[in-house]
Amino acid sequence: MPVFPLGNDRLGWTRRTPAERLVRWVGWLIGVAVFVWCWNRISGVTTWFFVWDAPRIAQDILARATPPRWSYMDHLWVPIWDTLNIATLGTLIALCLAVPVAFLAARNTTPSRVFVRPVALLVIVSTRSINSLIWALLLIAIIGPGVFAGIIAIAIRSIGFCAKLLYEAIEEIDQSQVEAITATGAGPLQVTTYGIVPQILPAFAGIAVFRWDINIRESTVLGLVGAGGIGLQLSSSLNTLAWPQVSLILIVILLAVVISEWVSAKIRGAIV
Amino acid sequence: MGLSFPGQDARTRGEAVLKIEKLVKTYKTGDKALRAVDMEVPQGQVVSLIGPSGAGKSTLIRCINRLVEPTSGKVWLDDVEISGLSAGALRRERRRMGMIFQEYALIERLTVMENVLSGRLGYVGFWRSFLRRYPQSDVNEAFRLLDRVDLLEMADKRADELSGGQRQRVGICRALIQDPALLLVDEPTASLDPKTSRQIMRLITELCAERQLAAIVNIHDVALAQMFVQRVIGLRFGVIEFDGLPTALTPEVLTAIYGEEDWQATIRKDGESEELSA
Repeated sequence: MPVFPLGNDRLGWTRRTPAERLVRWVGWLIGVAVFVWCWNRISGVTTWFFVWDAPRIAQDILARATPPRWSYMDHLWVPIWDTLNIATLGTLIALCLAVPVAFLAARNTTPSRVFVRPVALLVIVSTRSINSLIWALLLIAIIGPGVFAGIIAIAIRSIGFCAKLLYEAIEEIDQSQVEAITATGAGPLQVTTYGIVPQILPAFAGIAVFRWDINIRESTVLGLVGAGGIGLQLSSSLNTLAWPQVSLILIVILLAVVISEWVSAKIRGAIV
Repeated sequence: MGLSFPGQDARTRGEAVLKIEKLVKTYKTGDKALRAVDMEVPQGQVVSLIGPSGAGKSTLIRCINRLVEPTSGKVWLDDVEISGLSAGALRRERRRMGMIFQEYALIERLTVMENVLSGRLGYVGFWRSFLRRYPQSDVNEAFRLLDRVDLLEMADKRADELSGGQRQRVGICRALIQDPALLLVDEPTASLDPKTSRQIMRLITELCAERQLAAIVNIHDVALAQMFVQRVIGLRFGVIEFDGLPTALTPEVLTAIYGEEDWQATIRKDGESEELSA
């Protein structure tokens, strides 16, 4: 009780009671102790030679990587185009699958909260929790290496993300508009297209562009495992220690990401 | 339409469009919103439903078109018993009950025209409504209604660009284009300023008179209700405490409905009377 009598009818106030202060002090003490212990342990098993050597090695690689090998660009146009396509098609497929999942998962639109909603939520959690690189590894084993595996990996990884954001938007709609459309005698599909869809359209467009932007970044690394795109060139350049090519690829990826971020920011700005 | 018919007649004049029998609604929380409500509304009569917040006014209106499922009791629209209908039959009957909402409940991101035409959803198939290919007769009627409420030039504006009074007029058009036999009106003026409130109430009562429509109007403003309606029903704790002419609302009656308070200032004096359907 932070309010306490001071005598003479006056009241004192502190933010916390003495007991709360003690608990917090002990909590901080334990936290600091754990940190110091961890620090000791980590430094005990670190080979400090490598750490001290790191700046020199980094400088060395940087020196080898500059200037970038600009002529290698001829080999990059196709992979970067592939990367872009993987991201775009993957996002489109993900959106097509995410929309029904979102409607099944939202509390106010699901046909059954007991049977259907948990299944939809499971789809969302399972697709979201596995990284697209791992999806790609799995899919390469199933459908073979190439762009298609990359597209599907991106699509699966994005379903959960899009469906989760979309079902949250569905749950936040103004229910009175749905009531109004229901009251006209409209059927369930009409109630959805008139009462719900217009309300979630801005959120949907925002989610789509946002995910597309993320997927461009994700698809640049898919090639590392053989799922198409610029990552393949990156991994082969790294393996052959062709540092000038690596630096060029990193510049290209950086540019692609910056451009996609700019486009998505513009589109999202236009929607809101 | 006048003030002159006696109190008893207010309840039974003409053929009943709506008949409610022992309507009970108990929410899952145990809230008894309605306890055996009986009432009848004849064709062309505008009834206002008054009562404190939580008295069951909104629940009563929503039990009629089953936006809220009644616990027990019966509701007839003409000779169709609403509470026993299947989903499809209920949708067909809902077309005959237009509803007007407190916060307008327009589809904010659609145009005024689309909002008005959405009142025809019960008559138009899914694909036609999805592609916005409404029959020309519906479009004609929509223009006629928008003209009637002075919103013709707003037809292409998005609903969220309109002021409160304009939005409520769009809401009225959406309800009327259903070609209803009954209007269910839930707090039509609660979000509007006093002048706009009067205009909206006047518009609703005028349109009901023109079309011989019955209406139930939930309203908080007792003086406004007295100004425009032919009959007042007072609800308290889900029970009808008063049913009669607006002029019969005395301080004692208001105390019975709302509880103890000084009611003199609330009740409209006869001297300042405004014509019912001017």
